[in-house]
Amino acid sequence: MYEKMVGLCQVDQQLYKAQRMGLISFYMTSYGEEATHFGSAAALHEKDMVYAQYREPGVLLWRGFSLDQMVDQCFNNRHDLAHGRQMPVHYGSPEHYFQFISSPLATQMPQAPGYAHGLKQAGSDNCVIVYFGDGAAQEGDAHAAMNFAATLKCPVIFFCRNNGYAISTPVEENYKGDGLAQRALGYGMEGYRVDGNDVLAVYNVTKKARELVVDEGAPVLIEAMTYRLGSHSTSDDQTGYQDMSEVKDWRERYFPRDRLRGYLQSQGLWDQEKEDELVSVTNETIRSAIKRARAEKKPSLEHMFTDVYDVPPLRLRRQKEEVQAMVAKYPEHFPTASHE
Amino acid sequence: MTEMILREAVTKALREALEDDRVFIMGEDIGAYGGAYAVTRGFLDEFGPERIMDTPISESVIVGAGVGSALAGLRPIVELMTINFSLVAIDQIVNHAAKLRYMSDGQFSVPLVIRTVTGGGGQLAATHSQSFENWYASVPGLKVAVPATPYDALGLFRAAMKDDNPILFAEHSLLYGMRGEVPDEWYEIPFGQADIKRKGNDVTIVAYSRMTHVALQAAAMLEEKGRQAEVIDLRTLRPWDKETVLESVRKTNRVVVVEETWKTGGFSGEIASTIQEEAFDDLDGPVARVGGLDVPAPYNGTLEAAAIPNSERIIKALSDNYGI
Repeated sequence: MYEKMVGLCQVDQQLYKAQRMGLISFYMTSYGEEATHFGSAAALHEKDMVYAQYREPGVLLWRGFSLDQMVDQCFNNRHDLAHGRQMPVHYGSPEHYFQFISSPLATQMPQAPGYAHGLKQAGSDNCVIVYFGDGAAQEGDAHAAMNFAATLKCPVIFFCRNNGYAISTPVEENYKGDGLAQRALGYGMEGYRVDGNDVLAVYNVTKKARELVVDEGAPVLIEAMTYRLGSHSTSDDQTGYQDMSEVKDWRERYFPRDRLRGYLQSQGLWDQEKEDELVSVTNETIRSAIKRARAEKKPSLEHMFTDVYDVPPLRLRRQKEEVQAMVAKYPEHFPTASHE
Repeated sequence: MTEMILREAVTKALREALEDDRVFIMGEDIGAYGGAYAVTRGFLDEFGPERIMDTPISESVIVGAGVGSALAGLRPIVELMTINFSLVAIDQIVNHAAKLRYMSDGQFSVPLVIRTVTGGGGQLAATHSQSFENWYASVPGLKVAVPATPYDALGLFRAAMKDDNPILFAEHSLLYGMRGEVPDEWYEIPFGQADIKRKGNDVTIVAYSRMTHVALQAAAMLEEKGRQAEVIDLRTLRPWDKETVLESVRKTNRVVVVEETWKTGGFSGEIASTIQEEAFDDLDGPVARVGGLDVPAPYNGTLEAAAIPNSERIIKALSDNYGI
């Protein structure tokens, strides 16, 4: 778990830099929230369906998605599972039971009870987990999804990463009540609040929640208190609205990676030498992944037209022919040499 | 052949669909109450609460949960009480149901049918009288059906249930009592196949949903003036049957497109521009369009009637553009 956590921290650093260098168009880091990913993911079964918001790549890494695959997705090359259709960090992997990320906030939430209903109908003992942030939690969809799941008894773990900020909006300006956990009572479900930066606590609460959800077929809400150490994404600058001394304080006192490392060291399971080696090997893996991903060919233009429907309609086939002719005629405006 | 009203045709279609265990129906007031438009009356007793699910009021979750359950392997039919309320769910329809196949490299599909009620004319005023099926018909990944008769409703719904793409099935609020003959033997109507409801050589009237019947009224009036109108009912907006329309225009050289929703930005623009792009030399004059007035639907009966296309306006449009 620690190795994967380090992997996430390092890939975040390198891909953020890649965006700043103009190699990719966009990126979102998860600094400070790594425990919410790995703690919860480790407590789930591998076929529990994951609906994420966009700041949970650690869940995907835990399940076996590789750093290379993450890099390929961000670079939109031919290995990208979504064939260059999705923007960076909008991962998904059916093989890992992880739904594709969609940008509009909280829109993943109404789908979770539906999927869970399907699992129940099939007599499955798997459940659904849906992640969302403190900002997304204020959307109407969030409320309605929780009410629905509770009223119609759908086995869903609602997992809120309360990281203190929704882009620039601090929680004090986002809601008046006392966070998310107690809203569970209003919906008629159990609610838990946990130290989101203690990976073992997150693991324990998710494990317990999962047992409840699967035994009763009813939803549970977990609110993981954490802190967003980085900016929302590469499109904003946290120094413009976040108190950097507050950021420094959380970084020094509550950083999940440091806490886990400290625990491992105290158990005699880790030391500085192992740390240095891991960081070095991980960085090298990521550097090579980026180098390779950059050089890979981009997805074929053809993929712009596939999967809109199962069978492409006539109009779309005609449009594809028109576009292919245009691209062939003006290669200086539509460079496709780097595409498959 | 059996005579039935459109409501009965949809009810029959739903009953047939429920023979597949993966199918279930979800929506507001569809269970114990039997549906706001009485389409699912009796279903709760017959099929039970696991398959006929009354939901809390949230269109976005009705559709979203429909998407989720479709991803989990079921074949849900969700009901949005009216297309006006679909606006609350438009993200789930447009950003999720329509795009998940594309965003997931074809690994996820959403075999979801969204049934809803469209149209005005019942004095229900601005927020209960709208027809947005043309908006949804712009969205890649969706299919849109707009049946105008019991035969078409049953045939199209059967095709919809076999389709693995998300489908908006828009039933017109004033057409539930429309009578029609339905064959006893099995038949299906593929999407993208229009129906020539009345043959004629002098002018083409393209319409859909309730406007098909208004078009037929206009055709009767034209006959009295010695003109034979060919009335084409599109039956589906996405995909729509361009070939049938063009073939008719090549024959008659005169065409008017009639649509209930607001003229500005209406689907009639899509049809009209396609006709002039591909049959320009066959036209005796510009393609005429008759649409709803660009006002929110009034409550007052007279005002409302004036805002919705009628046969007089169709006749006038033809006279203005083609001098007939």
